[in-house]
Amino acid sequence: MPVGLVVVSHSRALADAAVVLARGMLPGRELAVEVAAGDVDGGLGTDATAIAAAMTAADSGDGVVVLMDLGSAVLSAETALELVDDDVRERVVLSPAPLVEGLVGAAVTAAAGAARTQVAAEALRGLAPKQAHLSGGQAVGGG
Amino acid sequence: MADAVHGADLTAWVQEFARLVHEQRDVLTELDAAIGDADHGTNLDRGLAAAVSALAAESPTDPAAVLKTVATTLIRTVGGASGPLYGTFFLRASGALGEGDGAALAAALRAGVEGIAARGKAEPGDKTMLDALGPACDALDEALADGRPLDVALRAAAEGAARGRDATVPMVARKGRASYLGERSAGHQDPGATSATLLMEAASTALAGRS
Repeated sequence: MPVGLVVVSHSRALADAAVVLARGMLPGRELAVEVAAGDVDGGLGTDATAIAAAMTAADSGDGVVVLMDLGSAVLSAETALELVDDDVRERVVLSPAPLVEGLVGAAVTAAAGAARTQVAAEALRGLAPKQAHLSGGQAVGGG
Repeated sequence: MADAVHGADLTAWVQEFARLVHEQRDVLTELDAAIGDADHGTNLDRGLAAAVSALAAESPTDPAAVLKTVATTLIRTVGGASGPLYGTFFLRASGALGEGDGAALAAALRAGVEGIAARGKAEPGDKTMLDALGPACDALDEALADGRPLDVALRAAAEGAARGRDATVPMVARKGRASYLGERSAGHQDPGATSATLLMEAASTALAGRS
């Protein structure tokens, strides 16, 4: 089974749209992407219990890479690690990649069957093409 | 022999914290409007109201279970950064709460505060909740080590928190939304340190008369 992905955002709309964009790169390919976004009332916010549930749902044994937006999304994703079972926790990678670029890179790599360390590494390189393009074609390191 | 701290005492603590935050909601939000995103009072008020309801519905009696219920409810309902931070505080305190006397409560509070520091990657002087909670734990430990009864020690802890809260005014924020303001964050009292002081005042009130 491919590595699963979790998208954590303050905004449900932002997370859903990012997933649509990433899935657009993968016509006809299977990929487990779970969204944990917004507060309990559907407003802006994050909920670590929802993130924990998403991590568990996205994991099919080969682990999960979590992409998140900023601020409390990061704190909530870390808190979620305290709420999941030990075996799931060992297979979760919290990615410091930018949400949209990282998700697209991770989705393509995960759908191709790569291991979670490779998926996480590809997410982290997500900004490189844009950086290279906008810096006049000079090579720019990822991360 | 010190009195045991029971689940009902901890429930009373959380109820009093919820009452104080509700009462001070607009003050907390105004402080947050000055240096953050103006949601601290409303977020925490909503989360603590949900925690009080959850305690009423589940009525846990085991002290660690009370703190665990509060933790998961705050994590689920607060929404902003104070959700995972206060949630981690109660989660770690629940895990560290041993046989329930004053020393066990002090150890649990210390574990909770260390959890906040780890979660927020914050240090003393960063203008955060920790600037109230660190001095509170120090005062509590010191008073208990001097053989003071629990209620006197918790009063000292609340006073330590208030001093720490007041000391955040001239600080420059280095964590959270307020850090975007840099030097302009100086001159404002930190909303997180303010609510954290209410947490310690609530403990002092709820456990008044306890040795």
